[in-house]
Order: sequence, then structure tokens, then C-alpha cells
Amino acid sequence: MSSEEAALPKEHYLSGGWDLKSWLLTTDHKRIGILYLVSITLMFALGSFYAALVRWNLLVPDGSHMSADTYNKAFTGHGVIMVFFFLIPSIPATLGNFLIPLMIGAKDLAFPRINLLSWYVYVIGGGITLYALLTGGLETGWTFYTPYSTVFAQSNVELAAVGIFVAGFSSILTGLNFIVTIHKMRAPGMTWFRMPLFVWAHYATAIIQVLGTPVIAITILLVALERIVHFGFFDPNRGGDPILFQHLFWFYSHPAVYIMILPSMGVISEIITCFSRKRIFGYSFIAMSSLAIAAIGFLVWAHHMFVTGMAVYSAMVFSALTYLVAVPSAIKTFNWTATLYRGSVQWDTPMIYVFCFIGLFLIGGLTGLFLGNLGTDVHLTDTYFVVAHFHYIMVGGAIMGYLGGLHFWWPKITGRKYVEAWGKVSSLLVFVGFNLTFFPQFVLGYLGMPRRYHVYPDEFQVLNVLSTAGATILGFGYLFPFSYLFHSIFRGQPAGNDPWHAKGLEWTTTSPPPTANFETVPVVTEEPYDYGEPPKGDGHV
Amino acid sequence: MSPTFPFVPERASSVAGEVDALFLFILVVTGIFAAGVWIALLYFAIRYRRRSPDDRPPEIHGSLVLELTWTIVPLVLMSVMFVWGAKVFFHLNRPPDDAMTVSVVGKRWMWKLQQPTGQREINELHVPRGRAVKLIITSEDTIHSFFVPAFRIKKDAVPGRYNMAWFRATKTGSYHLFCSEYCGTEHSRMTGRIVVMEPDDYETWLAGGPAPESPVAAGEKLFTELNCITCHRPDSAGRGPVLQGIFGRPVKLASGETVVADEAYVRESITSPAAKVVAGYQPVMPTYQGQVSEEQLIALVAFIQSLPLPSPAAPAAGGGRSR
Amino acid sequence: MSEAAHHPSLQHHFVDLEQQREAASLGMWVFIAQEVLFFGGLFASYAVYRHQYPAAFSAGSHHLSWRIGFANTLVLIGSSLTMAMAVHSAAVGKSRRAVGFLLATILLGSVFLGVKYFEYGEKIRPCFGDGPYSGCLVPGERFDASAVHLSGDEGRHSQIFFSLYFGMTGLHALHMIVGIPIILTVATLAWRGAYGPRYHTPVEMVGLYWHFVDIIWIFLFPLLYLIGAH
Repeated sequence: MSSEEAALPKEHYLSGGWDLKSWLLTTDHKRIGILYLVSITLMFALGSFYAALVRWNLLVPDGSHMSADTYNKAFTGHGVIMVFFFLIPSIPATLGNFLIPLMIGAKDLAFPRINLLSWYVYVIGGGITLYALLTGGLETGWTFYTPYSTVFAQSNVELAAVGIFVAGFSSILTGLNFIVTIHKMRAPGMTWFRMPLFVWAHYATAIIQVLGTPVIAITILLVALERIVHFGFFDPNRGGDPILFQHLFWFYSHPAVYIMILPSMGVISEIITCFSRKRIFGYSFIAMSSLAIAAIGFLVWAHHMFVTGMAVYSAMVFSALTYLVAVPSAIKTFNWTATLYRGSVQWDTPMIYVFCFIGLFLIGGLTGLFLGNLGTDVHLTDTYFVVAHFHYIMVGGAIMGYLGGLHFWWPKITGRKYVEAWGKVSSLLVFVGFNLTFFPQFVLGYLGMPRRYHVYPDEFQVLNVLSTAGATILGFGYLFPFSYLFHSIFRGQPAGNDPWHAKGLEWTTTSPPPTANFETVPVVTEEPYDYGEPPKGDGHV
Repeated sequence: MSPTFPFVPERASSVAGEVDALFLFILVVTGIFAAGVWIALLYFAIRYRRRSPDDRPPEIHGSLVLELTWTIVPLVLMSVMFVWGAKVFFHLNRPPDDAMTVSVVGKRWMWKLQQPTGQREINELHVPRGRAVKLIITSEDTIHSFFVPAFRIKKDAVPGRYNMAWFRATKTGSYHLFCSEYCGTEHSRMTGRIVVMEPDDYETWLAGGPAPESPVAAGEKLFTELNCITCHRPDSAGRGPVLQGIFGRPVKLASGETVVADEAYVRESITSPAAKVVAGYQPVMPTYQGQVSEEQLIALVAFIQSLPLPSPAAPAAGGGRSR
Repeated sequence: MSEAAHHPSLQHHFVDLEQQREAASLGMWVFIAQEVLFFGGLFASYAVYRHQYPAAFSAGSHHLSWRIGFANTLVLIGSSLTMAMAVHSAAVGKSRRAVGFLLATILLGSVFLGVKYFEYGEKIRPCFGDGPYSGCLVPGERFDASAVHLSGDEGRHSQIFFSLYFGMTGLHALHMIVGIPIILTVATLAWRGAYGPRYHTPVEMVGLYWHFVDIIWIFLFPLLYLIGAH
């Protein structure tokens, strides 16, 4: 994958100005992707800080490292930031924004100014929420269950709710932009079934963003209103129904987890084909499974509520649908694995992250079967088993995919290569640290340790200490990419158009690409992942 | 923790074994699939590693047979898991008829429990081994959740409604009780224990304290003090339905619906009487919301539950004269 | 695909006006889908609570004036008519007429909002000052259930009705308040001759939005004013 004698192009999207105006008033989807990259990295850092507090507290069973109130604010801050301000935007707003027009042969997204607006909305929402978290804090849990959040919580609930409400519109605008772009701006010859799977994944994600987010918006608004005006929408003492809140909340928040994982799955399809130099196995099945996940994902929300006292027959319906939604993810996993068969596999950093993703997402997804099961969920819900389950998917899955994608497209985005050895070392640290952090939590959960516990029985300490040790390793693992990727912007070797010898329209442009993406509009005549011939020397398709 | 099997809590209820067996089944099935995929991944990655920059892998698009296989096989296995799980869930939600009723009220940050004989306990529940115990669970403030890992049961305590859980303890001992729904600052200290005793020891323990007032007796007193007796007379001459013997039986409502008079129905009829008006009666009962505590409601429910069917001379409940 | 007839309103990343118009149209429909879900949370809550508290909801509906609601419905449908006429006029190149119809839409919309202001006023005014707040129908501490002839638990339940009343009609009114300046902007641009038969997309888009706002009201009116009001 060496690129001989490559040099940075003379003009590209970053060379046309570095002043504040060129960044803050840009409508170039690539620059907006970078704006998002910087913002979500800052949010990730803050969310990780909260995580460190949580794991620091859990080193000892008696909660002596911090007060209960501080701990409750720590796990809430961790959840709110990681879910709403890191995971939901992550891949779509950074890689999606940057790559989708390039991948479909367009000059930009359909609505460039709305794209910039979405970033400002994100920043404003983030600012309000951060202000709420840092002055006084929030201790309701990211799930805001009523009547605790509306009547009993003594923290900045209204402010945080408004911040999340505002940030939700960033997600909606991004989704809207992607849907219209994918429908209307594909280059001639790029039919739906010639689109890269990354684009399919973002299309399905965008549908969820547009249809799901408004529901959490109105719900969180009602929570804020109830606190301010004191009408008892969710307060049983005033005729309200606290379980109604849970239905409304999870109606979005379950599809939200598919917003968090589908883009990552799109990344996997792109990397695995390049680094096994083969077509994807089962293209249409993977494409359709993304849509299936989006659709069925809207029908399973009450599997978070099996022990609330809901009717047994209703619970059965949700459990059955939950098993159904697992099938498309399984189909993807098998297809990815089959893609490697008789391929030519190269173990570069992006591909290492792909293996991590598939292996760990597998565990996360399969443990979902325990939780979707009515008989076992009664015991496991609200315990650390759930915490382990969703971290395996979000961190072992989504973040691995994000890191893989970041490394894969880094040369395209910056024009420079990172040092491969560092990539391999970090991925190993991340993999080991991650498993050490979260596998013990499955055991803790089955043993009965509940979530959100500041203090816990002594017999759970050993597993908690293991988990904190793992988190420390994981933290270092994340610091390394931050450092060497940042360093490569200034000192990295120029990458050339196509350092990985990959297929895809984005690799036909310079690295970094020109502002207008394509000098002439490309005409597509081939299927995607047309890895049939051996790679040519200069990486041109 | 079980000494022999450190990954599983003790099994101390009749249903724990069922839940563990189901868990094991899912574990084995998912384990096989996970192992299969990992092995395939590693094997392919090594066997098909890049040997030369000029490698030319074959063009393989896919295989409908494989797609159908790995769609249908998981679907079948998951159907088995689902059905088995539904069965266990039914079992967890249907208490035996001979269960003794214990009331549970969650309140920040303690559990208030009451034995059927009236003994009150805080954060502790003494039960006899081998006897089915039905828990009527509610909350005074936020949502809590009553979780006993050793019994494999859990149910949310939701303010404004009753939820039910049940267990039959099979081993004597002391078992963790946790609150498992975040409820504020001391959520993690809202813990306690379930103490399972041999039936004789349990009786001894019951008799040990001062003779408590049973919930039924307390309820009877309240029934008079709150003037319920004025309208709910046993001789159907009152403005309200006769309550003798209604518990556990169907009641026809003015809306045409028929509901079963269980604990939740009785509680709702006291706090929101207009919600389910009995057929043939006027919606004139005032609400007692805010005037009775959860404990008092439990006592009233227990009292009404205890009322036997009226003697043949008096008309049955639900068909009184309207005024 | 050539730049032969480069319309001044063609944005650089679109191939031609047709693509730009299609993108704008799809974008507006997607936005409307999102709005349906936004209101949907309130509609779902309404359904749940109406099922639980039929008596309180009937009393609440009965208290609202269906005459005022009906008049407002006619006003809003009228504004949709003028909006449709505006779009048509723009499409056939009659810009001045389009401006007239857009201003008529704004006028009718303002009438609607004025009536709402009056309707809200009589429910909100009693809530100010020092007690006894009789007639106050804003849910919260000062709510006066006797104004709808209810007390006790049904009184509490009628607070839920009025929460939904203010929430749903308020959100709807907010959408109109946001829409009117947008229509004004489009009208100004139309006056300056920005639109013609080849390009009048903003007029179409604002028309779509306004019709959506109208349709939401057509659902709100029977749900809040008519069902069970005896």
C-alpha cells in the first residue's frame, strides 16, 4: 500500500483559507465534517472524564472516593454526553458529511447551508447542556425517568433538557440532508444498487434520525415544562402516568441505538472489501438489512420495560419483535465473514479495527438475546449485564468502526499518512483494555449487581477492580490515536490519491480532495467493490 | 455467592433453576455461533492473508442458499428461545392460589414491608421456606424496583399503581434485596435482605414481637372511620355496590366492560372512583386520593379482600339498585 | 448538463434547476414527516389520557367554545386557499397577484392567531395576581377545576386535558408564528421579481409548509373541541 513519490496537491479544500471566517462560514461539507470532528472529539474527552470518575469510584465498595451525589452526576454526565453528543453524531456528522458526496459523485450535500446550521445547532445545544452539567450538574441518569426527573431531582434538569432538545435538531437536519442527497444527487450511472454500502447505511440511519428524534424532542420538552410549570403530565399525584414517559422516551431511544451502530456497519463494509481485495459477499442482503434494522427497530422499544408491570401479552409481542430485529444484524455478520473467504487479507490498522468490531459486536449483539428474552430479562434488566451489553455494541462495535474509518479515510481527509506501527499498538491496547473493562460486567450483572450503584456489596469488588484496570488501559489506548493522528497532520508522509488501492469514487480524487470534489462529473459504469484486477502502481481506478 | 459456581448467584427460589436453565441454553447457542464466527474470521484472515501485491481473489457475489440458511437457522433457534422465555415469564407472573400476600412500599430510600398478619418490617422480609409469597408492590414517591437476585425476581415499584411479583423460597438463608431503579442520592443504599426460615422458625418469629394489628383489622377500622360503610352496606341498601365477596370476581362496569376485582382495581376505586363505575350505580363516590396513605390503602384492600360472600338472603354484589 | 441557461437562482452544487427543485421538494416533505412525528408524541399522549380519563376530557372539550374553534378552522382553511392561489399565480408568472395572495394568507393567519390570543387570554388572565384564581385554566398550582365543573380526582385529570390543549394548540400556533415571517420574506422576493414560471420553488415550499400547518389544525379541532363535548 505504499504510494510512490506522492505529494500534496497544490490546491485542495484546506488550502483555500485558514482564517476563522473560512471555517465558521463554510458551506463545504468537508470542512463541516472537520468542524464536527473537532467538536465531538472534545465531547468524547469530557464523556471519558466522567467515565473515569465512575470507574474510580467503583474501585472500592464503600463509595468513599466521592459522595453519592457526585457519583450520580458522573454517570449521568457520562451517559448524556456519550449518547447525545458523541455517539449519535459521530460517524454521520464526521465521516458521513465528508464522504457521502464524494462517494456518490456529487459536489456537495443537497443543502450545504443547512449542513452548517446543523453544526451550529449542535454547538448551541452542546453549550447549553455543558453549562447545565458543569454548573450544578445533572443526576437523573441519561434516561430522565419520571417522576424522579420531574418532581424529585434537585439539579439542572430543565437546562439540560433544553440543551438536548436543541441538539436533537442537529441530528434531524443531518438526516434530512442525507436523505435528499442520496435520493437526488447521485452521479449518472450510480443506481441505488451501485451505491457503496456506507451510503446505504447512512440512508437507513437518516430515516431513523428524521422520524425518531422529534419524539424525544417533544418528550424532553414536556419534562422541562413539567418542572417549570408544574403541570403533572407524568406525575401520578396529578393524574399523570410515569410509564407513558418511558414509552415516549424509548420510542426514540431504542431506534437511537441503531443510529449509533448502522453507520459503523457501513464503515466495516468499506474497509473489509478493500483489505481483502474482494467484492462484498451478499451486497443486496447487507443493503436491505440496513433498511430492515431501521424499520423493525421502531417496533421494539418496550423491551426496556418488561418489569414495569406491563401486560404479559404486550411484553410477548415486543420480545418476539426484538428477536426479529436481531436477524438482519446476524446476516451482516455472516456476509462480512464470508467476504474474507478466498480473499487477500491485509492486516493494516483499519482492518484490525474491523476484526475488533465483528468480534465484539458479535458478543454485544448476542447478549441482546438474553435481554430480549422475557424469562432471563427479569433477572438481568437494570443490572450490569445491560451495561456490558450496550458497551460491547457502542464501544466494541460503534467506536471500533469509527476508529477504523478514521484511520482508513485519514489519508483522504488530511492528505497524509499516519504511522502504521502506532496504529497497530493502539488497536491492541484498545482491544485488551476494552474487554478487561466490560467482560467482568457481564458476570457482575448475572450475580445481581444493579446499575447506577455508588456503593455495592463487598463480594463484587474483585470484578469491579478488574473493570477499572481495563478502563485505564482503554483510556491510554484512546490517547494514542489522538496523538499520532494529530501529529500526522503536520509531519505525515503525503498519501497520494489512493494509498490503499481502494475502489470507490472518493479515491479517484486528490488527497485532500479539491473543494468542488470532482473536476468533471463522474459517470459510473461498474458495481461497487469491483476488486477484480490486481492493483496498479499509482492507485488510479 | 454460590461457593461452587462463582458466576451465578445462589438459587433460592423455585423459579431460579428455570431461569438459569434458560440462560444456559441461550449461552450455549450464542456461544456456538460466536465461536463459529471467530474461528472463521481468524482462519480466513490467516489462511487467506495477502501473499503478494498481485493477488487476484475470485469474484464472488454471494450465495442465496447461504443467505437463506443463515437467516432461517437463527430464526428457528430464536423462536425456541422466545417461546421458552415466554413460558418462564408467564410462570413469573402467575402466582399460585395459596400464596400469602406481602405488601411492599418503596420510599426514598427504604423498603416498607408488611406481613399478612400485620407485622411490619423495614428493609427486611422474613418468609417461611416452601410457601408461595405474593408481593404487592408500589411506591410512595419515585419509581423503585424490587430485586432479589437469588430468587431471580424483579418488579418495578411504580407510584400510583400496584405491581405483583411472587416467589417460593426453597433454601433457608439470607439473600440480598436491591433497589434496581435509580431513585436519587441513596439509591444504592436502598438495600436489604430476605430472610428465609424453616416454617416453624417463621411462626416463632411471627409470634415473637408484640401482637400486631393485622392489615385486615386495620382496614376494617378505616372502613368505618372514613365512612365507607355509609354507602357500601352489606345489604345493598347503600348507594354504593356491596363489597362482600367481590374480590377476585368479575365486575360489570357502566361502560359495558367487565373487569376482575383485584388489588389494583380496589386501590383505583378508592383513589379514582370515577375511572371504573359499576353498572347500575351513579358516579357519586368522592376520591380519597391524598387522604389515605399507601399503607392505609393496603389495609383497606386487605379488608375488602377478606369479606366473604354475603349469605343467600342478601343479593350478590354488582346488581344493586341505582339511586 | 451544460451551463447554457444558468439561472441566477441555481446553486452551484446542483446540475440544473430541476434537480434543485426536486431536492427542495423532497427536503420539505422529509421535514414535514419529521413534524408529524414531533406532534405525534402529543397525539399519542392525548390518546392515552383520553382513554384513561374520558369524563375529564369531555368536560374539558365542553368548556372550549366550538364556535370559536370552528370559525378559526374556516379562517385557516381560507388561508390555505389563498396560499394555493399564490403558488398557482407564481407558477404562471403573475408575481403581483402571488404577492397579493401571500399577504392575504398572512392576514388570515394573523386573524387565526388573534382569535387564539383571545381564547388563551380568558383562560390565562385569571391566573395572575393574588388569589383566588377562579377561572384559571393553566395547569399547575393555580388551576381552578371548578371552572369545568369538576373537583377532586376528575379535577386533576382535567389538568391533563388542558396541558394537552395548551401544548398542542400552542405548538401549532408556534409553527404559524414562525411561518408568517417566512411567507413575508417570500412575498418580498416575489415583489422584487425573483420568481417566474421557471423558478418559484420557495413559494411552493412555503405552500407545502403552510398546508401542513393547516392539516395539523384540522386534526386538533375535532380532538380538542368536538369529541365528547356533548
